[in-house]
Amino acid sequence: MSELKKISRREFMQRTGQAGGGLVFALTFASACSPAEQAIAPIAKASASVAPNVYVNIGNNGIVQIYCHRSEMGQGIRTSLPQVIADELEADWDKIEVIQAVGHEKYGDQNTDGSTSIRRHFDLLRNAGATARDMMIAAAASMWAVPASECVAREHAVHHAASDRSAGYGDLVDTAVGMPQPESAEFKARENYRYIGKPMDTIDGMAFTTGGGMYGIDTALPDMLYASIERCPAFGGSVVSFDGEAARQVTGVVDVFKMPEPTVPAVFNIQGGVAVLANNTWSAAEGRKALSVEWDRGENADYQSEAYKESLIASASAPGTAVLTRGDADIESSSTHEAIYYAPHLSQAPMEPPAATARINEDGSCEVWACTQDPQTARNTVAATLGLEKEQVTINVTLLGGGFGRKSKPDFIAEAAWLARASGRPVKVTWSREDDIRHGYLHSVSAQYFRAGVDDDGNTTSWLQRSSFPSIFSTFSPDVNGPSSFELDLGLVDNPYDVPNMRIETCDAKAHLRIGWLRSVCNVFHAFGSSGFVDELAHAKGKDPKEHLLEMIGPARKIDPADDGGKYTNYGQELAQHPIDTGRLSAVVEKVAELASWGRELPDGHGLGIAVHRSFLAYVGVVAEVSVDENGKLRVHELWTVIDAGTVINPDRVTAQMEGAGIFGMSLALHGEITAKDGAVVQGNFDTYPMTRINEAPTEIHCHIMESDAPPGGVGEPGVPPVAPAIVNAYFAATGKRIRELPLRRAGLA
Amino acid sequence: MAIEFELNGENVSLDVDPAMPLLWAIRDIAGLTGTKFGCGKALCGACTVHLNGQPMRSCSAPASVAAGGKVTTIEGLSAAGDHPVQVAWRELNVAQCGYCQSGQIMSAAALLEQKPNPSDDDIDAAMSGNICRCGTYTRIRKAIHRAAEDQS
Repeated sequence: MSELKKISRREFMQRTGQAGGGLVFALTFASACSPAEQAIAPIAKASASVAPNVYVNIGNNGIVQIYCHRSEMGQGIRTSLPQVIADELEADWDKIEVIQAVGHEKYGDQNTDGSTSIRRHFDLLRNAGATARDMMIAAAASMWAVPASECVAREHAVHHAASDRSAGYGDLVDTAVGMPQPESAEFKARENYRYIGKPMDTIDGMAFTTGGGMYGIDTALPDMLYASIERCPAFGGSVVSFDGEAARQVTGVVDVFKMPEPTVPAVFNIQGGVAVLANNTWSAAEGRKALSVEWDRGENADYQSEAYKESLIASASAPGTAVLTRGDADIESSSTHEAIYYAPHLSQAPMEPPAATARINEDGSCEVWACTQDPQTARNTVAATLGLEKEQVTINVTLLGGGFGRKSKPDFIAEAAWLARASGRPVKVTWSREDDIRHGYLHSVSAQYFRAGVDDDGNTTSWLQRSSFPSIFSTFSPDVNGPSSFELDLGLVDNPYDVPNMRIETCDAKAHLRIGWLRSVCNVFHAFGSSGFVDELAHAKGKDPKEHLLEMIGPARKIDPADDGGKYTNYGQELAQHPIDTGRLSAVVEKVAELASWGRELPDGHGLGIAVHRSFLAYVGVVAEVSVDENGKLRVHELWTVIDAGTVINPDRVTAQMEGAGIFGMSLALHGEITAKDGAVVQGNFDTYPMTRINEAPTEIHCHIMESDAPPGGVGEPGVPPVAPAIVNAYFAATGKRIRELPLRRAGLA
Repeated sequence: MAIEFELNGENVSLDVDPAMPLLWAIRDIAGLTGTKFGCGKALCGACTVHLNGQPMRSCSAPASVAAGGKVTTIEGLSAAGDHPVQVAWRELNVAQCGYCQSGQIMSAAALLEQKPNPSDDDIDAAMSGNICRCGTYTRIRKAIHRAAEDQS
């Protein structure tokens, strides 16, 4: 028998605090690395290095460090971002090392949401690699006293053909140090790409499969306390009084703190409550159970989802504010079709709940380790919470165990920072699953009204759409009483249908929960409504849904909502670069129909449904094949997806995002629903807020990526919106029953 | 009080309340963070470890269940990350965010111990307790088949 290894918590913490502590140290080192260390990042075994820009650091051992300034949450950015830089840099893939950047404005935009990492940074990343490459060329030219124009970079080295000389990047570092940093450089021609467009393996594959990945929840610091926070059941409520004595008696509990009161608007601030600090996560949770808190449930205490649903539908059923007008949507027509579509609140529910660790240093500065999608906003929020300058705050970004928009909001990081100062010790805040589902930033509930006029020839002559939902903006500004302009960009005013008379309206809706964004945001419910309603029209007209969809989209053209008075910001990018191109939309429809063998004979009881949607500058078409089993439950047999995202960096990660979007879309179509009673979220865990599991997963989720040299569009989000309507449309094809309300669980189908 | 058991092949004595869930004893006390928290109620499988070779949800079992037993976590599944399931997972790039994958891999490894050549239905039955919010299920099925082939 081997020696008995006694591990007490004290020993564990001591070991984590010293170098060479073995396994535990190895697991914590990456995230416990100080910002100063990360900033200058001496390369292992390199005695000198040169940084052509903030994204690249080349060591004289030949290792190229690439700083990933975007957060990794499953989209594969820690692989695809280095692919772009390494390609332009002509670096060898096995000689790069990826460093996760801290939150700092020197990196530019780090807010990892809106599917922006590639679409908004492709040129910046190419430039980072290309300028580094040119710096290596300049160093070689200088060393050899030859014109730079005679030198080429290839395979991690610079070559001068005329003199038959070569120098590896590591050998050029000493010469490059002190040389000017180029600001711009020519990009490679597409045909010369070495990594861009290739399905490179995930660089974190070993960490992901051995438990070595460090997430926000995994940070351990010497002397650290673990916090669990009881929050008011109703959003915006506050603590009247509390008794923490019983909690203090629980073994392992160290202290109890009343958190700062919530603010109006909520923004990213701490939302009050009572925190229990303990020597481990479990003791903190046990202590929390022993708390006695009297709440003032605040102004949302009477919020009831069932009643609110009726009022939201009533709001959408009455005239609202026109945000896009083309012709006269009220003209007479041979027949008129109307429908109301409704979709509930959703929770992002990433598998890793919000978790953050903070330490106040002796000089009063604060250092944080957190699973954040937006480290700069986290930095600003922590600085504001503690009354520090942002320069005194360091945000170390861990891996994110999923994000889906939740981890863009740093409220949980502010909690950790505040508690670290209050307790005088490092503190890790870990949200329970119930905390996550009940106290998050929820995807908005929505109601939409549709009315279409159809002439005797089966042409849609008018389209009226009203959208009513409490706005994300309500979280940032008081008195917001309905959809905000940026939300209308998300699948509403960018309506692609070729209908001569169109009016789109928004209708009032007050928020009673903390509203935030979830993967694909308002595109989720806008696509559900419009793609479902278009399918309804096809059947009403007796037309094939796919042919009818193409008819609705009409001839290839570029749409500008401004032509019809719509305000449209096109996901922050130019329409000239990223038009709303109905030709690309139709091409995606044709391709996905072809892949699914649309029109084929199906097994009894099966149906195919189709939907297409442009969002985040990418076009996605989905076909679903469904049936209803002997228990009356919907079965999604197979999904076919096609994405046109312009230029793609890593087709395997794009495919993975489409597969994941299929499952995410199934979860919200079949299961997802958050409701409130007396202001409090009813659901709490995966039993009451279920999601799609492997036994419900389709046998296959096919993905085809359209060949394109257009500028890159988004990838992480565009796959989700067409999934739910494709399923609902397929259900109609299979059964003749139309569903206009999510989730399908409400109709007993899941 | 101390609970003694074998953790990844090493005899350990953890000074914990016997009621503390095994998950937190492993993570907070033993310092092995590869085993993840997802729900706390045995609903998602992120915390799956093996106790005496059987998969179990460590978030919902008191640490005392491990007394005298053998616990294997993701860190102990193989010496160099080369268990057939781990290898197949990397070959097919199964993971997206990676967070649930420790639990997925532990469930898959246990399945292959029971059924070296599982059908899709076997996989669905054995793996339906493990949620992946990223939606890697179709690759998980393929990777389990790949691992089954590789180890036969």
